Amino acid sequence: MANTLSNDQVLLTIPMRPDMELAAAKLASVIAESMSFDDDQIEEIQLAMIESCINAFEHSRSPDQMVIIKYIMRADELEFKITDQGVGFSPENRPQHRTSKPDLHPDMRKRGWGLEIIHALMDSVDIMSGENGTTISMVKCKTV
Amino acid sequence: MANKFDIQIRADQEYAVLETAGYLNDSLGEQLSKKAQELIQKGYTQLVINLDKTALINSIGISILIEIIEALEERNGTLNFCGLSATQERTFRMMAIAKYAGIFPDEKTAIANF
Repeated sequence: MANTLSNDQVLLTIPMRPDMELAAAKLASVIAESMSFDDDQIEEIQLAMIESCINAFEHSRSPDQMVIIKYIMRADELEFKITDQGVGFSPENRPQHRTSKPDLHPDMRKRGWGLEIIHALMDSVDIMSGENGTTISMVKCKTV
Repeated sequence: MANKFDIQIRADQEYAVLETAGYLNDSLGEQLSKKAQELIQKGYTQLVINLDKTALINSIGISILIEIIEALEERNGTLNFCGLSATQERTFRMMAIAKYAGIFPDEKTAIANF
């Protein structure tokens, strides 16, 4: 990711440590609030950001253990690019669930919801993944 | 960044309420699960989880809530949620939690609907 920023962009780097996803979510909240997103949308943005960061923490196996987040402000939308330099997405990267108990109801499974939540809460989501890392790009449009 | 969280328990004869405060992640979820299991071991099969003071929640925290629902189901019990934000409720419905647990606007209504 290029480090050259224009004045409508913010760059944040967080370590893959517990609760650091909150730093990314809170910055997203501040930026969205400054752009007059409504409260429901700000909460949706925060939840999607948390899930994107957790996804990187859990799956990337990134050697530098860092996540870079770029916030891009536009007139009526906010874009987020969440990048790790890990091994890329694949089912084999999934860590073991904290419990070995199988799901009681298949439709209420305990894990694997992160990307579905992100898709449900954001207006568009694009994932680019390869052996040099993953970038989740997600856009939230302002309601009029 | 410290995630300050707390769990308050209000137990009646028939039911118990667990009220969370703070970010519901794996840490708070584990503590909540432990307290819920203790109540279940004591014979409580009707639990309310009040999320009014929990502004943010992640999918790992929600997975622990599902474990509590399953633990109660094994004892023919019921879990009702209250105090959810619109986004939290939407997420819970998407994850089918609303099919296996109650979702109510406030604690009084959640208790009244056991």
